[in-house]
Amino acid sequence: MEHLIVIVLLSFLAITAVAVVMLHDLFAVVMLFGIYSLLTAAIFLVLDAVDVAFTEAAVGAGISTVLMLATLALTARKEKTSLRFAPIPLLVVTITGAALVYGTLDMPRYGDPTAAIHQHVAPDYLQRGPRETGIPNVVTSVLASYRGYDTLGEVTVIFTAGVGVMMLLGSSRRGTKRTRGKR
Amino acid sequence: MRHHFILRIVAKLLIPLILLFGLYVQFHGDFGPGGGFQAGVIFGAGFILYALVFGVEKAGNVARLTIVRVMVAAGLLLYGSVGVVSLLLGGNYLDYSVLADDPVHGQHLGIFLIEVGVGITVAAVMITIFFTFASRGRS
Repeated sequence: MEHLIVIVLLSFLAITAVAVVMLHDLFAVVMLFGIYSLLTAAIFLVLDAVDVAFTEAAVGAGISTVLMLATLALTARKEKTSLRFAPIPLLVVTITGAALVYGTLDMPRYGDPTAAIHQHVAPDYLQRGPRETGIPNVVTSVLASYRGYDTLGEVTVIFTAGVGVMMLLGSSRRGTKRTRGKR
Repeated sequence: MRHHFILRIVAKLLIPLILLFGLYVQFHGDFGPGGGFQAGVIFGAGFILYALVFGVEKAGNVARLTIVRVMVAAGLLLYGSVGVVSLLLGGNYLDYSVLADDPVHGQHLGIFLIEVGVGITVAAVMITIFFTFASRGRS
């Protein structure tokens, strides 16, 4: 049953991805991106990664859709299409895709208990986490305590993104018409 | 926006629930899925929904841009200062065990504080980015 759900979700994911590439109406593309994120969140849920699914649904399907719509309001709604055949990008994409597929061949099977990720620090966290932090959700104790530096780095990235947007787009009152003409 | 009666009423009903759910995710992250990041995004989404339905200017009265900008930095500073306090109390940077007499209580307090910091920064950044994009379209 679980396999069936995953297969259905993954094929929807592939269909959505192909539709995103084929469509030229950017409004529809943004909506499909939201659907893509929602499907990804559902797959994460099937894989029992509720925290990741939660983030994907909130950020991918929610906030990014709104931000991309806000960007569309500033730019054009239709994609500029060129009919010229471009061999080099196609070559790069094909080689990269082939390399990625080749890389997955070395990956351990899903749920394999002997996989490297389950042998290193994960059992240690699972044993020590509830005792040392007193927090039932291991994801929270790992993210906030054992991997506190990483989370600090993530928050700094978000902070930098906010500051960057403010500096690039926030000063619309300064240098008005001349710069806008250049855009 | 005068015509969207249903949208406005539904938004008015939903926004308090969204904000409440954001707070729940923030403070229940220790026990269930969720935490500061998701809570910040949900909280920010509540404000963005308000701005979408009632206009950016009205939303600017609710969430003043200067205050939101201060909050962008305040959350990160809260996170970093928890680490500095644990340094001053004789532990390693971001080692929460020294924050209270009992290491488990210290861990609890530290995780609570840094999750609040994450939530504040994420919510403020989401609101700022949306407001910056939206107010650029109008000018």
